[in-house]
Amino acid sequence: MHKHLILKVVTKSLVGLILLFGLYVQFHGDYSPGGGFQAGVIFAAAFILYGVVMGLERVQSVLSFGFVTKMSALGVLIYALTGVYSLLAGFRYLDYGALSPQHPEHGQHYGILIVELGVGITVAGVIMCIYYCFASRTPHLDDQEW
Amino acid sequence: MDRKIVTLISAFLFFLLVVIALLALQLSHLFAVVMLAGAFSMVSAILFVVMDAVDVAFTEAAVGAGISTVLMLATMALTARREKQNSRRNIGPLLIVLFVGALLVYGTLDMPNYGSNTAPAQMHLSAQYLERTPHDIGIPNVVTAILASYRGFDTLGETAVVFTAGVGVILLLGGARRRRNKGSKGEN
Repeated sequence: MHKHLILKVVTKSLVGLILLFGLYVQFHGDYSPGGGFQAGVIFAAAFILYGVVMGLERVQSVLSFGFVTKMSALGVLIYALTGVYSLLAGFRYLDYGALSPQHPEHGQHYGILIVELGVGITVAGVIMCIYYCFASRTPHLDDQEW
Repeated sequence: MDRKIVTLISAFLFFLLVVIALLALQLSHLFAVVMLAGAFSMVSAILFVVMDAVDVAFTEAAVGAGISTVLMLATMALTARREKQNSRRNIGPLLIVLFVGALLVYGTLDMPNYGSNTAPAQMHLSAQYLERTPHDIGIPNVVTAILASYRGFDTLGETAVVFTAGVGVILLLGGARRRRNKGSKGEN
């Protein structure tokens, strides 16, 4: 099957770059535009692109449906538990100063990184989950049918 | 950037938005309409960049132009390819749209000018955030500081909303049913 050969070759070389860009946006959100939400969407977009071009089975062998649903829940948990940690450390809920009581400014920095990671994981998980739900119901279509 | 050039670029982009919207209204082939919707989002994203709202532009480009287009195409594959032709012409909806549009334009007359530094939004909290972020949090991107730290509760809520949306889609479109139907493709 060499249908859409150019698309497949280009996709394979692009997916890695898109994932890298997603990671950059994720962990550089406090210095440049972007953050967890955008990074999650970009990360999911890379897998969706792969799924659209290569087929749903191929992409689900990398990230299964069960895995992405767990990702969606994990992100919210990471976010909420950060708040619980600061409560246990004797600070207010989601006061990131708790992460580094000597240097509240550093604590804010760590806190933002952690909660943005939570947001990113949830958004990536949910978007891929929605894509899987739609795509798995779609019958296979020939190019002419569009 | 020179103010005149910015105004010119904005005017051109707004014009482009109207053209795309009119084209989308004219076409009945849904594939083309979905693609135009993606283009509409892309032009809006550029417009946000011109307005210096890069974080919003980022989101619009990724979600509006990227993900929604794919989801719309997936939905289209499940339903029809062409819009149903409506033979009778209704004047009522047009009047309502014109009336609401006129009201909205009337509403903007009272608003402060775009970029005005005496606008109420710039006077109270924004100034505080800009002033306090460097020594409270020490990161250059104030948007991230507000979203993740000053407004951390809101963002937690938003993340929960995104999660709920995912749960809703799973419940509606079904993860379990998906596996059962795997053998018989094209049932719908």
